[in-house]
Amino acid sequence: MSRNKTRVHPYIPNSVPEVQREMLAEIGAASIDELYQDIPEHLRFRGTMNLPEPLVAENDLKRHVLKVLARNSTCEEKVSFLGGGCWQHFVPAVCDEIQGRSEFLTGYAGEPFEDHGRFQALFEYESLMAELLDMDVVNVPTYDWLQAASTSIRMAARITGRSEALVSDTIAPDRLSAIRNYCRGIVKITLVSHCPDTGRLDLEHLRGLLSEDVACVYFENPSYFGCIDDQGQAISDLAHDIGALSVVGADPISLGVLKPPSQYGADIVCGDIQPLGMHMQFGGGQAGFIATRDEERFVMEYPSRLFGIETTSEPGEYGFGDVTYDRTSFAHREKAKEFIGTATALWGITAGVYLALAGPQGMKEVGQTILQNSLYARKKISELQGVQIRFPKAHCFKEFVADFGPSGKPVGTINEHLMREGIFGGLDLSGSFPALGSAALFCVTEIHKKEDIDALVGAVGKALEA
Amino acid sequence: MKNLGLIINPIAGMGGKVGLKGTDGEETLQRARSLGATPESPRRAAEALQALAGRSEDLRFVTAPESMGEEVLMGLGRAPEVLDMEVGSRTAARHTMYAAARMRDRGVDLLLFAGGDGTARDILAQVQDQVVCLGIPTGVKMHSAVFAVNPSRAGELAGQYLFEEPLRTRAAEVMDIDETALREGHVHARLFGYLTIPYRRGHVQGLKAGSTEEETTIQKAIAAGIVENMDAGTTYIIGPGTTTAEIMKLLMLDFSLVGVDLVRDGTLLGRDLSETDLLALLGEEPASIIVTPVGGQGYLFGRGNQPISARVIRKVGRDRIMIVATPNKLSSLRGEPLRVDSGDAVTDRWLAGYYRVVSGYRDRSVYRIAEG
Amino acid sequence: MGMDPNTRLRKFHQAKWDEPIIFELSQPGERGVLMPTADSLIEEEVGDGLSALPPDILRREPPALPELGQMQVLKHFLRLSQENLGADLNVDVGQGTCTMKYSPKINEQFARSPKFTEVHPLQPEESVQGILQIIHELDLFLREISGLDRFSFQPGGGSHAILGMASMVRAYHEARKEADQRDEIITTIFSHPSDYSAASVLGYKVINLYPDNDGMPDLEALQAAVSPRTAALFITNPEDTGIYNARIAEFTRTVHEAGGLCGYDQANANGILGITRAREAGFDLCFFNLHKTFSSPHGCGGPGSGALGATEALREFLPVPLVEVDGGRYFLDYDLPNTIGKIRSFYGVMPAVLKAYSWIMALGAEGLEEAARVAVLNNNYLFRKVLGIRGATAPYAEGHHRIEQVRYSWETLFNETGVGTWDITCRLADFGMHMWSSHHPFIVPEPMTLEPTESYSKAELDEYVAVLQQVSKEAYENPELVKTAPHRSVTHRPGHDTLDDPEKWAVTWRSYVKKCAQGKRDRI
Repeated sequence: MSRNKTRVHPYIPNSVPEVQREMLAEIGAASIDELYQDIPEHLRFRGTMNLPEPLVAENDLKRHVLKVLARNSTCEEKVSFLGGGCWQHFVPAVCDEIQGRSEFLTGYAGEPFEDHGRFQALFEYESLMAELLDMDVVNVPTYDWLQAASTSIRMAARITGRSEALVSDTIAPDRLSAIRNYCRGIVKITLVSHCPDTGRLDLEHLRGLLSEDVACVYFENPSYFGCIDDQGQAISDLAHDIGALSVVGADPISLGVLKPPSQYGADIVCGDIQPLGMHMQFGGGQAGFIATRDEERFVMEYPSRLFGIETTSEPGEYGFGDVTYDRTSFAHREKAKEFIGTATALWGITAGVYLALAGPQGMKEVGQTILQNSLYARKKISELQGVQIRFPKAHCFKEFVADFGPSGKPVGTINEHLMREGIFGGLDLSGSFPALGSAALFCVTEIHKKEDIDALVGAVGKALEA
Repeated sequence: MKNLGLIINPIAGMGGKVGLKGTDGEETLQRARSLGATPESPRRAAEALQALAGRSEDLRFVTAPESMGEEVLMGLGRAPEVLDMEVGSRTAARHTMYAAARMRDRGVDLLLFAGGDGTARDILAQVQDQVVCLGIPTGVKMHSAVFAVNPSRAGELAGQYLFEEPLRTRAAEVMDIDETALREGHVHARLFGYLTIPYRRGHVQGLKAGSTEEETTIQKAIAAGIVENMDAGTTYIIGPGTTTAEIMKLLMLDFSLVGVDLVRDGTLLGRDLSETDLLALLGEEPASIIVTPVGGQGYLFGRGNQPISARVIRKVGRDRIMIVATPNKLSSLRGEPLRVDSGDAVTDRWLAGYYRVVSGYRDRSVYRIAEG
Repeated sequence: MGMDPNTRLRKFHQAKWDEPIIFELSQPGERGVLMPTADSLIEEEVGDGLSALPPDILRREPPALPELGQMQVLKHFLRLSQENLGADLNVDVGQGTCTMKYSPKINEQFARSPKFTEVHPLQPEESVQGILQIIHELDLFLREISGLDRFSFQPGGGSHAILGMASMVRAYHEARKEADQRDEIITTIFSHPSDYSAASVLGYKVINLYPDNDGMPDLEALQAAVSPRTAALFITNPEDTGIYNARIAEFTRTVHEAGGLCGYDQANANGILGITRAREAGFDLCFFNLHKTFSSPHGCGGPGSGALGATEALREFLPVPLVEVDGGRYFLDYDLPNTIGKIRSFYGVMPAVLKAYSWIMALGAEGLEEAARVAVLNNNYLFRKVLGIRGATAPYAEGHHRIEQVRYSWETLFNETGVGTWDITCRLADFGMHMWSSHHPFIVPEPMTLEPTESYSKAELDEYVAVLQQVSKEAYENPELVKTAPHRSVTHRPGHDTLDDPEKWAVTWRSYVKKCAQGKRDRI
C-alpha cells in the first residue's frame, strides 16, 4: 500500500517526507511498509478507521473541545452539596502550579539520581501523610479508596493467615462492590450492622461474628453517611482480642480535628487523598493511601512501592530508593503479592504540597470550618417540616443524611426543584439504602458560604411545600 | 579490612591448548608437559586480581605458598599472609584441599580460586557451604556453575561482593566429569554438591512493576505446592538439586543433596539410590519422578542424576514426570530447550516435547525438552 | 557554541539544589495558605464545631506537619521539579515499553478548564452532557481502532485493566457454570508482570509460556498448555522484544477451541494503530494504556488509565456504568446483567480520557496511522544505528525488522569490559538521557529496551545514538568513568545499606529521625 503524504504533523517531526527518505536509506528499506513485513496479510487492517476528520489546526481543536465541555454545568456555576466519595474542597493555587509542571507531569520511571525530584517529592508525601495519620509507613498512592480498602483487607488476610473480613455495612456501596470482586474466593466478606440512631457499628453484632477465622474488622470513620464512630478503641480491642487486625478507612481532611485511627488501635489505615488538593474532575482525581506501623510483617505485605531515604556514594547527599523491593515473605494461602502498576503518583505529590501549605494550623482550620458548616446545614434542614435527619444522635463530619419520607416526596423531586434554583442537592440514597427512606446524602465543606447553605435550606423548604 | 583467600591450581588448564581434556592424574599431566603445555592459571589469576587493584588498602590476602598463590601476589606487589604448608614442584589435589581447609578454619570473607571443575571439587570437599567462594576460570573443563564468565569479571565480582552493595549469594553446582569415561567417549557428569557463590542480581532500580522474589523463597513455594498435592500411596523419585532439596526439607526427611532419594507417604524409602536400587524398590503402585535441571546446560536427565535411567523413566511413565524449576533457572537457559541423556537414544526421543514445569506455588511454565 | 554539532554531545549538568527534606525547612508560625473560616453567624448558631464533639474523638496533638510560607513551599517543590527529567525535557527513548511520547500542551489546557475540573461525578446527567459525550466518543474511537465493540474507561491503569479482564473472564465462565473447572490463565514470560500477577490475584493459576529459540511465543507450547482448565490467554503483541507474532490468530484459535477467552494486552499498540487490530487477531477482550499510546502524560507514575474493551458477546460483563446515547442525550447505563461491578471509583481517570480524546481528534485516522508508521520507522532507524555500536547486540529474529521497540543486550560489552546495563544507565544521566533496562524476565542479559515513538526528530535520535556510542567508547577506554557515574546528575549512585533491613529502613521522615536517634542508622 503506497501512501501519498499529505500532511506533516506537529506531533510527528519525522513525518517530513525528505527525512523519511533519509532514514529509510540508512535502514536499507524501500518503504515503511517493508518494516511491517512480519505482519501477515490476513492480519493487516486494510480499511480506514472511521474517525472524525482531524482538527489539525490547534485553534480548531480548542474551539471544538471547549464547545463540548461547555455543555457541562459546574459546581462553581451552581452550588453543589454532592459528596459520596468525591468532594468539592478548596484547591490551593500552588497545588495546581506544582502539579502542572512539565518535569513532574511527564516524568515516569527514571532512576533515583536523574528523577531525584520525584523520589523526594513522593518521600515527602509519604512523610507528611505519616504525620497526619500518626503512622510510620505510608505507600506511594494506589488507584483510589476502593483499591486501598480491598488491598488493606487482603494484606490483613496475608498477615494473619486468616480468610474472613468483617466489614461495616455503612461503607460506600462502590467500595463494597470492589472489595467483593477483589476478595472473592480469597477472603470471605461478612457485613456487620450499625445502630440506626447513631450510625455507629453494632458492637453486639460484631462480637457475635468474631472468630479465629477473622483476619480483620474494616469500618470507615466517618462512615459513608458522615457519622463519626467514637467506639474506635472498643472495636480495635475486640479485633485484637481474637488476633484480628483493625482496618479503618478515614478521610484525611478530617484528621486535623478528629483523632487519627492509629490512636484508637487501627493497624492499617486507608482512604482517598482527593480532598488534599485534587479537583473533582468528574471523579478523575481519586487516589488511595494505605498506612501501617513500621513492622516487618506489615511492610512486607504492601503491593505498592515504598520510597525510603538512603545514602548515595557521595557522603552527606540525600538519596532514595525502593524499600525492600523484593517482598520476600511467602504466605501459603496467598498466591501473589497482588500487583503494582502505574497508579496515581502525581496526585500523591500534589497532596504533599497541600499538606505542606496547610501545616498543622491549616488542617485544624479546614476541619473546623467543615464541622461548623455541615453542623449548621444539618441543623437548619432538621428544622424544616417534612424532613427527618437520619442518625440523629450521631456526630457528623462533612456529610449527613436527611430523609424526606415524612413529606411523601422522593429525593428526585426535591432535587429537581433544587436544580431549578441552581443547586445540586444531596446524593439520592433511596436506591442503594432503601431502609433509610427517601434519603439524600448532603455534603458541606469549607468552600460553602452561609448564603449557599441558606439558599439550600430555603430551596428545600419550598420544595417540601410544593 | 577484608580477608580474601586465593588458591591457584597451577596446572589447571594446561591440557587445553595441547588438546587434552584436563590434567587429572600424573600420566596426563606428563603428556601435557611433553606436548609443550605451560601453566595458564597463574596468568589468569593475575588478570582477575588486577580488577582489585584499587582496593589493596582494604584487602588482606591469604594464600598458599609458591605456585599456589604466593608467587602471583608477590609479583603484583602485594605481600600476602601465606599458609604454613609444604607445596613443592608437583602440586596435587591434596594441596588444594589442605589450603581450603586452613582458610575455612582461619576465616576468610571470600575464597577466590583459579582452576577448573577438579579444583572446585577439591575445595568443595573441605569447605561445603561454610565459606563464600568464586572461581576464576582457567581449567579446560568447566561444567560447574561456580565460575565467573572470565578472569576480569571474577575479580570485579569479588570486589563488588566484598566492598559494595550487599550482593546475594546462591548455591551453585559443582560438577565434574569422569575422565576415564570421557576418553572412552562417554560423558558422565556427577554432581558433587554446591558451593556458595556471590551473584549479581538483575538491575532492579527504577522498575515500574512487579517484584522479584528471592530464589530460595520461590523454591520453598514450589516445594509447598508439590508437597500439598502429593498423592497417598504414590512413590516419588526425587532427583538432586537445591529446588528438590526444599521438598525434602519440608517433609523433614534426611535426604542426599547429590543423590536420588525415594519417598512415599511422607516417609523416606531410600536415599542416594542407584538404578538397581530404584528398580528393586519400585513396585506396582503408581510412581512419579520429580526432577530439576542440573548444571548450566539444562540437562534434565543424564547429568548428575544417572540413577534415574531410561529403564526407570519408562517404568514410571512419561506423563508422571514432574519438572520443578524456578523462573530464574528457566531464564538462565537463555531460550535453549531442556535436554536429556538417559543413556538410551530411543528413550531420549520419546521424552521430547512440552512439559508443565512447576515454577511457583501454583504457577506453571510450559517448557520444551529437545529431541536428541 | 552550545552542544557540539559534530559529536552531538552536550556538557549537560542537571539542576542540583541539595534541597533539604521539607521538614527541615519548617519555621513554627509560618503559614502556607489560610483556610476559609465559618461565617460568624454560623459560629454564633452552632458554636466552634469542636466543643460539641465528645473529647475522645478529637485530635489532641496537632499533626507534626512542617510550617512554611507560601513562596517557600512553592520554591521547594519547584526546585524538586527541576531535579526531575520528564519526557518533555529529554530525548526519552530510553524508557522502552513506556511509550514516552509528546503530551500536547493544548490537552493540558482542556484538563485545567473549570468546565472539566469543577464537575462532580454524581451530578445530574443533564448537567454533564459535555464530558459524557467525550467519554462516549472516545469509546467509539477505540472501537474503530481495535475492532472490538464496547469500551469502559474505569480501570486506573494497565495493570488494573488486566484485573478487569481477569474479572470478566471469571464472570463469563461462572455464567457457563465452568468457573470451578477453568482455573488457569495462560500468558507469556515476555508479557508484563501484571498479566501474571493481576490474574493471580483473583486466584487463577498462571501458566507461563517460554519463547522458542527466536524469542517468539511458542505455538506448540501453547497447544501443550491448553486444556479444559483453560480460562483465558493474556498476551501482548508485539511483545516487549518488539517482534510481531505473525501466528497470533492461531494462538487465539487454539484457545477458543479449548473453550477459553483471549485477552489482548495492548500496551504495545503504538506501532500498529490502523495497521492491525484486536478483532482480526481473534481477541475477545483488550485494553489500551491511555497514558502510553494515547498521549496522556505519565505523571511520575500515574494517574494513568486502562481503556478496557470487549466484543458484544462480553459486553454484559464490563464494569458499570457504561456511557450510552439515546437521541443525542447521553446517559449512564448501569443495566448490565452480569457486570463485574466496580473496580474503580466512578467512571475512570477522566483527565486521561479527555486528553486521549483530544489527541485522537487532532490526528484523525490518517494521523494515527502516521504516528504508528513513524514510530516504527524511528525504531528501525535507531535499531540499525545501535547495532553499529561496539558491545551492543539484539537477540532474536535476526535480519528482521522490529515494530515499535527493540530489546537489546549489552552482554558483549559487559564480558569485554565489565561495564553493564546499570553502569550505562548511570552514565547516560550525565548527558541528560534516560535508559531503562526493562522489567523481568532477564532472559536477555544486560538488557536495554529503546522505544522512540513518533515524537522525537531524526536529530534527536542521532543525539541519543551519539551518547550511547560515547558511553560504549568510554567502557572500552575508561571503564572507571562509567562505573562511577553519574557525575553530572542530581545525585550520585544510590546506596543500598538500609533499604532491605527492617532495623534501618525509613519510608518516612519521622521513621528516619527515630531510627537515627536510636542509633540504628546514621544521619546522612
